[in-house]
Amino acid sequence: MTPAKAASRAGSRNDDEVQVVLAHGGGGEMTKRLVEGHILSRFANPLLSPLTDAAVFPEMRGQVCFSTDSFVVQPLEFPGGDIGRLAVCGTVNDVAVMGADVMGLSLALVLEEGLLFSTLDRILDSVAAAAREAGVPIVTGDTKVVERRHGDGLTITTAGVGRRVDGVELGPWRIRPGDRIIVSGGLAEHGLAVMSAREGLGFDTSIRSDAAPLNGLVRAVLEAGPGLRFLRDPTRGGLAGLLVDLSEETGLCVELEEEALPLTPAVRAASEMLGLDPLSIANEGKLVLVASPDAAPRVLELCHQHPLGRRAALVGTFTEASPPLVELVTRAGGRRIVLRPYGEDLPRIC
Amino acid sequence: MCLGIPGEILRISGDGVSRTAHVDFQGSQVEVSLSLVPEAAAGDWVLVHAGYALTLLDAAEAAETWRWLDKAEMAREVGSAVPPRAGEERP
Amino acid sequence: MSDLREDIARLVHSLHRVSREAGPMAVMEVCGTHTVSLFRSGVKAFLPESFRLVSGPGCPVCVTAQGYVDAAIELALKPGLTVATYGDMVRVPGRKGSLEDLRAKGASVLVCYSIRDAIRHAQANPGQQVVFLAVGFETTAPATAAAVLEAERLGVGNFSVLSGHKLVMPAVEALLSAGDVPLDGFLLPGHVSVIVGSRAFVPVAERFAKPAVVTGFEPEQMLRGLLRLAELVAQRRPAIENVYGVAVAEEGNPVAMAFIERVFEPVDAEWRALGVIPASGLGFRERFAAFDAARRFALTFGADYDPPGCLCGNVIQGKAMPGDCPHFARGCTPRRPIGPCMVSSEGTCAAWFKYGRNFRHLPPPVLAAG
Repeated sequence: MTPAKAASRAGSRNDDEVQVVLAHGGGGEMTKRLVEGHILSRFANPLLSPLTDAAVFPEMRGQVCFSTDSFVVQPLEFPGGDIGRLAVCGTVNDVAVMGADVMGLSLALVLEEGLLFSTLDRILDSVAAAAREAGVPIVTGDTKVVERRHGDGLTITTAGVGRRVDGVELGPWRIRPGDRIIVSGGLAEHGLAVMSAREGLGFDTSIRSDAAPLNGLVRAVLEAGPGLRFLRDPTRGGLAGLLVDLSEETGLCVELEEEALPLTPAVRAASEMLGLDPLSIANEGKLVLVASPDAAPRVLELCHQHPLGRRAALVGTFTEASPPLVELVTRAGGRRIVLRPYGEDLPRIC
Repeated sequence: MCLGIPGEILRISGDGVSRTAHVDFQGSQVEVSLSLVPEAAAGDWVLVHAGYALTLLDAAEAAETWRWLDKAEMAREVGSAVPPRAGEERP
Repeated sequence: MSDLREDIARLVHSLHRVSREAGPMAVMEVCGTHTVSLFRSGVKAFLPESFRLVSGPGCPVCVTAQGYVDAAIELALKPGLTVATYGDMVRVPGRKGSLEDLRAKGASVLVCYSIRDAIRHAQANPGQQVVFLAVGFETTAPATAAAVLEAERLGVGNFSVLSGHKLVMPAVEALLSAGDVPLDGFLLPGHVSVIVGSRAFVPVAERFAKPAVVTGFEPEQMLRGLLRLAELVAQRRPAIENVYGVAVAEEGNPVAMAFIERVFEPVDAEWRALGVIPASGLGFRERFAAFDAARRFALTFGADYDPPGCLCGNVIQGKAMPGDCPHFARGCTPRRPIGPCMVSSEGTCAAWFKYGRNFRHLPPPVLAAG
């Protein structure tokens, strides 16, 4: 049912069948109806179904990786995704980049009174679809209802547990001068897609959020062996934020090649129009991989063989130069420094 | 002072101060006011700043000036107006 | 080497050659966007060290006097009122904080890509007063004028505009008349010129006998403009030239100029640090008083002030470099700006903070054979 239909039907149905009301959070019959009817019906799996207070994983040996994130994106829905998809992919990716198999996610929802069930259902469908895509079950969760506040609708917190693949060692401490930097595909798509849906900025665009679970791609590139030094996903702060962090963590310089960056004409044009730097814009389905010069070609090949890595490209190198900075070799052949972006990027006239 | 980028007029509606166009920027479309360029027509290229077209642009000259424009994309839309550079293939 | 890199390389070599012949020169980048674009494109690194670029008053946010900022903040504090603005203004600090600070405390602040977004918001929220902060030079003023006419036609009564528009030439003339900064020529603002035309700058060039070149913002454009300017300086020819012919005509855009004429009249305006410059701002004509937020809300603009120790005033006039300011990169950063030169993305201090520290010159790129 479209939101419009739901709204017009609202007159002939009870309020609490159309939208979330405080009573849904009371812990009684209405909570049961909400959780069973909307949530559990979408997520049945062996770890969740016992519905015990906590999920019980089979014995795990090796290193356990654990991560959590909260998702407050506005608007809730945008071209290519929504808060539900984001919540699954964000946490799956945080665990996966440690070089871990992701075993399960928790899903905690805080629903605002007044949230339409039609919206909630769409988002929960997204959660379920993203979880299926990732091959990661939702194993436990929680639902709360709060009074109407800013009309944000809902926020989601996910946590993820994974088991690090044996023998994998990834981290900034492994990076050496000469190591190559690869990005797994087109940059700046998520941030621009979300921006395009915001009031005051509305523009239609072919740009879609790239939110995607990367655990499959990570598994694929781990085949490259110890030549793969480091993995991270460039979310808020974009590629610039991630590389500046790395430069500081390693004490090494980064030389980045602008011509090599995978940027579609649509991304370039939208960034120019809004006065934003694509390097600073968030990605939700991309990896930054650091590999030794010997391993880099193989890592690139492994990316290209995976559906999420078709446009992977070699974009830069770590060097010993001092002081440790990120320097961009521009399309014009000149150079400039890249800094961490400061605060929210806003469209400007200048 | 001024962020202004080139885009192509797809379709026009309204009149006078309310005359607007859907302008395409390599795959993103924004509704842009044409009140400052009353002579603009569908298919024309314009320079856009803060939601207003400021002037008409010749498509071939625009491709020369804004090198990041996708020339293959432009050639497809504009027809033969955009000459490929030496060594570039036609789509 | 790509086509672009080859073209850039050739221009850089020519610029170095002319520069060697002409000797050291100082050129004013009137427009803040040129300052930033030269850095961002990487082209600045190729300029000869003897070729000095001095920033001018071409950053609308930087030259907006504090009185305007504080008036905008007062509006944002009013219940039932939404302040709509371009992103540029949102972080400028006033006495009571910035619009961004106020938004965090619950004020209604809408960031717009276009003034038309604000009109639409007003139409969708008839119970709310919507005031648009119209800052910018001649590039943006025609849009404001056309928007006001559109709002009038549509009968959007809850929409008004606080005009902070300013004109470029009076400020450049004021700077030149003061004679504090020795300059050999001017890089003229490309998009202001789209509106006013390249010939608008002729009187100033003639009066002060300096050459000036209109140029766009792509790297090749800027280098072409700088090269032409260097050649004119070397030849001691105070001519006005235009390398941005794709967008700039000698007569500019007469339709846009007519819109400005119809809705606005030149008024004396206060510029940060430059004081009041006669006939340098745009105020609403009486006929459009209904859309003037200053009249509608009986606003008065307080005196301009610079935060203590802030050198923005001198930076805007080209008398000081960002590094000369005691706050630069210490107490004053893009995240915690003290003055507007740092808070505006095209402010000189912001540009130097982002790109000027650790900046190094590069030798001219090696030319491909031929």
